[in-house]
Amino acid sequence: MTLSTRIPTRPLLGALALSTALTLPALAAAAPVTFTTQLRNYGGDGAYLALYVTDASGAYVGSLWMAGPKSKYYKHLSDWYRATGGNTAQVDGITGASVGAGRELKITLDLADAIFDAGYQLHIDASVEDMRDSPSEIVVPLTRDGAGQTTAGRSYIAGFRYDM
Amino acid sequence: MMRHMHRWPGLLAAALLVVVSLSGATLSVMPALEAARTPAQAEADLSVAELAGRVVALHPGVEQIRRAPSGRITAYWFENGQPGAAVIDPATGAGVASADASGVQRWLVNLHRALFLDDGGRLTVAAAAALMLVISVSGLALLARRMGGWHRLVLPVRGPFASRLHAEIARIAALGLIVSSLTGLWMTASTFELLPDVSGPPAFPGAVSGVTGMSPAAMATLRDTPLSVLRALNFPYAGDASDVFTLKTAAGQGYLDQGTGALLVWQEATLWDRVNETIYWLHTGEGAPLWALVLGLAALGVPVLAWSGIKIWLGGRQWRRRPRGNARARDAQTVILVGSEGGTTWGFAETAAKALRAAGQAVHVGPMSGFAPDRYPQARRLILMAATYGDGDVPATARGFLETLAAMPAAPEMPVAVLGFGDRSFPNFCGYAARVQAEIEARGGRSFLSMDTVDRGSAQDFARWGRALSQAMGVSLALDHRPDAPPAQTLTLVARRDFGAEVQAPTAILRFALPQAGLWARLTGRAFGNFEAGDLLAVIPEGATLPRFYSLASGSRDGFVEICVKRHPGGLCSGQLTGLEVGDTIRAYLRPNPAFRPATGDAPVILIGAGTGIGPLAGFARANDRRRPMHLFFGARHPESDLLFGEDLARWQAEGRLSSVTTAFSRMTPRAHVQDALRADGVRVARLIADGAQVMVCGGRDMAAGVAEALAEILAPHGLSPAHLKAEGRYAEDVY
Repeated sequence: MTLSTRIPTRPLLGALALSTALTLPALAAAAPVTFTTQLRNYGGDGAYLALYVTDASGAYVGSLWMAGPKSKYYKHLSDWYRATGGNTAQVDGITGASVGAGRELKITLDLADAIFDAGYQLHIDASVEDMRDSPSEIVVPLTRDGAGQTTAGRSYIAGFRYDM
Repeated sequence: MMRHMHRWPGLLAAALLVVVSLSGATLSVMPALEAARTPAQAEADLSVAELAGRVVALHPGVEQIRRAPSGRITAYWFENGQPGAAVIDPATGAGVASADASGVQRWLVNLHRALFLDDGGRLTVAAAAALMLVISVSGLALLARRMGGWHRLVLPVRGPFASRLHAEIARIAALGLIVSSLTGLWMTASTFELLPDVSGPPAFPGAVSGVTGMSPAAMATLRDTPLSVLRALNFPYAGDASDVFTLKTAAGQGYLDQGTGALLVWQEATLWDRVNETIYWLHTGEGAPLWALVLGLAALGVPVLAWSGIKIWLGGRQWRRRPRGNARARDAQTVILVGSEGGTTWGFAETAAKALRAAGQAVHVGPMSGFAPDRYPQARRLILMAATYGDGDVPATARGFLETLAAMPAAPEMPVAVLGFGDRSFPNFCGYAARVQAEIEARGGRSFLSMDTVDRGSAQDFARWGRALSQAMGVSLALDHRPDAPPAQTLTLVARRDFGAEVQAPTAILRFALPQAGLWARLTGRAFGNFEAGDLLAVIPEGATLPRFYSLASGSRDGFVEICVKRHPGGLCSGQLTGLEVGDTIRAYLRPNPAFRPATGDAPVILIGAGTGIGPLAGFARANDRRRPMHLFFGARHPESDLLFGEDLARWQAEGRLSSVTTAFSRMTPRAHVQDALRADGVRVARLIADGAQVMVCGGRDMAAGVAEALAEILAPHGLSPAHLKAEGRYAEDVY
């Protein structure tokens, strides 16, 4: 089963610029990027996943997606929570269902080209009810060369990749 | 109103509540299982620092240590590229069991809270919990009304099996169910963020020392924190000098510097946090296995309550069908108004209406609550059939009748007849009907029949009233009321024993073979059925339609049907029965009489009877395999003539089925009745009763009155009375 989301009309760059102090070169060309997160069969309830971006210094830039509808559980996504203070405005309009064990989350976003090869890193925090929290389970640099390469997470994520 | 608030939510949610409560009951054993599997914390004053030190020594890659309310310690680590976790023995820091939550438990939790349907399921279960709350509260209110007040809620309940079972289970389970549903609703509201959230982690400290490498075992804050208050300790990421230790305890949460152990930030738990934690604890019983089991037992009551509730509802429903041929109120010559609680009185009203219609009358049957004499311009008489609910209370369909009557300038012109329905074993027999009669008289109303009563739905009582009604109206009516009588079976006489001919009391103990029933008859409810001594055998005499009732002296386990019959001069049924010879047959069916049965338990039982009243008492002694103390007081005329069951009584006493047998004979010198025997033995009787004995009386009305009087005298010095015992369910009468 695949959870697929595509947000074609909302360029992420805009969202980032609005919600953070991020300044990027004025709107360059945007292209759809697909993020695919495959979960392990970890034998638990649906996982909450936060996909967000930090800059070269590790400072939070913005969120790409929040899989998990109930904000009261966001504190278990502890790196994301620490970076945002749990501010749900950061994920307004980019929130979906939690992802079941063994399932795949696939989201497609229109991202500005400028976000690649600029030192940005993509993080995924994961958390499952009554199981360990797994902040920054995935941390990968956003580079054009890194597209199509699969990275395994330490606890819940069997594989993550992004394709341009 | 209360009844509707109880019935409809109950029927609506029954299946759902059974699922939720059974899953909840299963989950309720989990805290006990967890407690049994959790390594005990031997050192009472063990600190978080010491435990953390032990775990770090064995698992340098530890990321988090958690403590569950049960005391179970779990450690999570990441080593050699692999995540690991285990339940930790606090004495050693070593893993002793898998940390994985059981799949079964997860499955049950998801069924219990969401029926596997996510948010829609959560809302459905929450709706069921809300209905459970309404059902529990309205049910308790109904029960209190039925018992005659909240202070009498714990007294024994009487009535048919399903309704007794319903009440008995409900009052044990209600509190647990109310707590479970309230806390469950709270938790759902919290999940859907309808309630303010508990405190999140505090803001991250602005600056840290930047030093790394201090062992948690050396940190002062952790040394001062007893393990018993720990919720979780999170370790900093390996190699990230900007990270910190995160400590969460019962008191709050904060951050510790990983290089100095200094407490950088601390946030106290708020009152709201504690309230939420307590509610979660109350619902799940986590760390409190006994409490969890209490809730689980209450939840187990729900399937039984659902079954018995539906049975009660179906039982009452059959009379609520719209009566056929009911005249409009304004056309009716006779108006019958019914005050009924469970619905059975409607059946009697319909029987009367049918007979009156057959005699050419226009009859309107309606509820007493709809009393409006202006609307009956043609009516020449008003019949009020009033049941009594609980201890003399107003039955449901008579609500407001007395108020309406009181608001009128005078009682209606038309003459009235009041017929009360009740159960003589309750203290205030037909109390409500008597109030209605008194109020009508007080308001200057006329009665065309004096008030009469029907005991426990007796068809004979009702037929007797019907004869009086015929006479008063000058028409011929036969009130033949046979509610849900099962089809009669043929019973064959296999033995008879005769007594009393010499003392003008010809009496026979008749033993019939148990009718054999095939599987099909049993499945279709056409078998004779199971019975116990004290139940009634309805015998339909040749040439009659109404049955006569005889108390059974045997249970179906005895393998035969036994009754005692005294021949009454001119008695149709008793004449036929006492004239039977072995091999002859009768037509009969069973009528349960659950109110007249020894209460469960080991308390002594005092059996008091005279004449054929010995029948059910003999049956109780015969069935007393547990050798519970049973003391028999038996009145007859002469030991040589009518000592029914005489040989059996001696044998049962020898076998220990009867602890004592005291007899009284009215044709001996000195003449003695059973109440005299009681008085003579007053000290022993009073002691037995003070020790919790139950009293069961069977026989004629005069004898029962004499026994009650004697017992009142005997018990008065002890501050007790038969009325007390009745209220406690320790005084049962089967009187004819």
